[in-house]
Amino acid sequence: MNPIPNVAHTDPGLLTKKDFASGLQVRWCPGCADFSILNQVQKTLPALGIPKENVVFISGIGCSSRFPYYMETYGIHGIHGRAPAIATGLKVARPELSVWVVTGDGDALAIGGNHFVHALRRNVGLKVLMFNNRIYGLTKGQYSPTSEFGKKTKSSPLGTVDFPLEPVSVALGVDATFVARAIATDGAMLGDVLTRAAKHNGTAFVEIYQSCVIFNDGAFDDLTEGEGKFNNRVALKHGEKLLYAKGTKGIGLDAHGHPITIDVTKDGDSKVLTYDETSETMPLVLSRLGAGLPRAFGVFRAIEKPAYENLVAEQVAGAQAKRGAGAQSMLEAGETWTVE
Amino acid sequence: MARQLEQLDSVVVRFAGDSGDGMQLTGTQFTETTALAGNDVATFPDYPAEIRAPAGTVAGVSGFQLQFSKETVFTPGDAPDVLVAMNPAALKVNLPELRAGGIVIANLGAFTKKDLEKAGYPEDPLPAASAAGYRVFGIDITAHTLRAVEGLSLSRKEAERAKNFYALGLAYWLFGRTLDYSLEWIREKFGKKSPEIAEANRRALRAGFDFGETAEMFDHQYLVPKAVIEPGRYRNFSGNEATAAGFAAAAELCGLKLFLGSYPITPASDILHHLSAQKHLGVTTFQAEDEIAAVASCIGASYGGALALTTTSGPGLALKGEGIGLALMLELPMVIVDVQRGGPSTGLPTKTEQSDLLQACFGRHGEAPLPVIAATSPGDCFWTAIEATRIALKHMTPVIMLTDGFLANGTEPFRIPNVADIPRIPVKFHTDPNGFLPYARDDVLARPWAIPGTPGLEHRIGGLEKEHLTGKVSYDGLNHEKMIHLRDDKVKRVADDYEKTTVFGDEEGEMVVVGWGSTFGAIRSAVTQLRAKHHKVAHLHLKHMNPLPKDLPEVLKRYRRVVTAEMNLGQLALLLRARLLVDAKSITKVQGRPFKEAELAKALLAQLETA
Repeated sequence: MNPIPNVAHTDPGLLTKKDFASGLQVRWCPGCADFSILNQVQKTLPALGIPKENVVFISGIGCSSRFPYYMETYGIHGIHGRAPAIATGLKVARPELSVWVVTGDGDALAIGGNHFVHALRRNVGLKVLMFNNRIYGLTKGQYSPTSEFGKKTKSSPLGTVDFPLEPVSVALGVDATFVARAIATDGAMLGDVLTRAAKHNGTAFVEIYQSCVIFNDGAFDDLTEGEGKFNNRVALKHGEKLLYAKGTKGIGLDAHGHPITIDVTKDGDSKVLTYDETSETMPLVLSRLGAGLPRAFGVFRAIEKPAYENLVAEQVAGAQAKRGAGAQSMLEAGETWTVE
Repeated sequence: MARQLEQLDSVVVRFAGDSGDGMQLTGTQFTETTALAGNDVATFPDYPAEIRAPAGTVAGVSGFQLQFSKETVFTPGDAPDVLVAMNPAALKVNLPELRAGGIVIANLGAFTKKDLEKAGYPEDPLPAASAAGYRVFGIDITAHTLRAVEGLSLSRKEAERAKNFYALGLAYWLFGRTLDYSLEWIREKFGKKSPEIAEANRRALRAGFDFGETAEMFDHQYLVPKAVIEPGRYRNFSGNEATAAGFAAAAELCGLKLFLGSYPITPASDILHHLSAQKHLGVTTFQAEDEIAAVASCIGASYGGALALTTTSGPGLALKGEGIGLALMLELPMVIVDVQRGGPSTGLPTKTEQSDLLQACFGRHGEAPLPVIAATSPGDCFWTAIEATRIALKHMTPVIMLTDGFLANGTEPFRIPNVADIPRIPVKFHTDPNGFLPYARDDVLARPWAIPGTPGLEHRIGGLEKEHLTGKVSYDGLNHEKMIHLRDDKVKRVADDYEKTTVFGDEEGEMVVVGWGSTFGAIRSAVTQLRAKHHKVAHLHLKHMNPLPKDLPEVLKRYRRVVTAEMNLGQLALLLRARLLVDAKSITKVQGRPFKEAELAKALLAQLETA
């Protein structure tokens, strides 16, 4: 059975992580979390059983967008913000390819915001990995659409007066069929999410938290350091209770439907929500947990919907089966007359 | 009453009315019937930017002009001989262009006080038009139509809508046409769906024709003899239809899947419409979220081995600039069609202009040359599409194809070729992993097309400067300079395949008029007029705007004066001056309308009188 809808495949296990490394010297800053993501992607791909000639990485501009150069696959290092549009053209022309988009918070959400939301809404079979470091790294430290309000950067010395957006909420808001969030340095979590994303039919959006060691170091320390790993993170697992802090706390809803923390040690887990990744509303609520509540990670939403490239191909195939013709028919359509 | 049958060499008719009056349909029907009757014909539809401007106002006037002749027709004609005005606003806009002594057929049913006010007429203008020497025929077309369709179960509005067929019927009578073609068209279009409307249109058409025949109003009927036309099977083709068919044929000729990524924009959208209706040919169309995504999708499709096409107009070409730059850096083939319109900015979106020539040649950052090719007539769009594809695939480069609003919407009879007889366009995907270098080059400096899915050819390309041969990222200044020269030389070599440059008229002499694109007909007619007055002049029409033909300097040197005629402020003249160091003068017009033959002839004559 083909484990990945649409995409040509061979038996998993024929290739190894090494086969996917281009051998080019990786030029991210020492200590950059992009290395972890690269490592995890190169580890994930062999298990999928996709021949590497059928894998394409397409990126825009930014630190993250150097990614394709390091993969021993086909790849395009594109222009700022346009990777989803380039990838859409490729996937529609060649549905059998496994097409990945690597982008950042500035590339996907600022200059490329339009392409980002339209790729998601169409459900094109792309795997969109968005590295979110909440800063512009390559242009040396300006604020991005995900920078916290008031953040002091080179272009906001007095603090930003821009309200940030929440990428997962945006993706859910345009009805993306697969939405997930992971942390670059949590290999197990990232690996699971990437594998599920790769197997999803349609657009899979994965936001990856990744701090910039130079311009936004420690951006996610509250989630990755010490007890924060447990107390500030809740893992989304379909069909399981939303428990965190080593099972001592859970997420429930108050009488108004607002998310609240439930002290499981005191009140038990009967009021703790059971996560449903196919729900219309629950993913949105979990994507917007505010102060006093943990951040959610894992797969927010995974639902089935026809992929855009399949619908396009079906229309063409249907029309050809019904009345296939050559270009001559276009020339001879309508009224014609003969001059002797 | 005995009618005088007058024979004419050629006639110009303009149908004008409110944009809801169906004038484009009337004009198209008249054109088809005229072509079937054996005349050569050229058309010029002219419609407002507003979909439905306030009814009855001059802003809402929609017109359709055609010229038909027993000779070869190059343009839709200067001044109409006959104006059909369905309301006062249509008269107001169009009367100034009617030839002296020309015929006006006015729908009196729309000449009420209120209608006159809406058009800005203080009083009925028809008596003054008569006094000015026009032959004015006032007919209450609305009332006649309503009477003709009496008894059908139609609302008044529906019944009145048939009045354009009444006007068409009358025009058919005036020029001795038959109703056969339009009757058949009505049957096909409305027969099954809405038999009542079909009947109303039929009755109105016949009523108009019969009115001409029986009412003692017209003392003349006019006959234009058949033209001598190259034998073959013909159809009417608009430029946008011909462009769409051209790329469908090109895809077949090269054996690739046609992928169109496009964003709707006037006047290019019809190409998207036509190709979206050709899924049964295997055509894939993608309506992108914006102009940038449209060209970006083409980069992806081309990388994947499809024949990638994007269609747009001036503002869209500006937005696509960065994407086109990436395509030429990646050296991937694609065609960008720019259906030019009046600019800058939103400008005159439904009107024609040739003001994107320099944008097409130079409108990208960096040293970013690419081939630019222009269509010269509606039917020529078909052949230009094939030529653009051939260049793109042979030289692995994006190509810009220029048409304009006049070509896009104008029509002409087109001799239908057999696609199977058109030379194939060879394409070879690279498959051999041995010694594969993504930026190695062949004899025309094209790089290999190695598409995903080919084992062993996995490689990365991008917008960063490439190392010669390997295609790896290179920041080396000398390599950058080498690559800029290579990309430039590659485009220059496109000119090696051009045919010898030819002129119409004198091989040497007082003046050569150089044109490009849709001015072809006007220049050809004007030069013909000058030659009839024994001036030694020639017409040279360029198709390849970049690179220019290599023999062009030699040809231009044979004339004392080089004059360009173009619908911009002299962009071709600037190009010729810059590229060839010739003292080109330019005759320009930027009124959203094509040159008239007479005005161009006059301006050219003035050039001849200069030192």
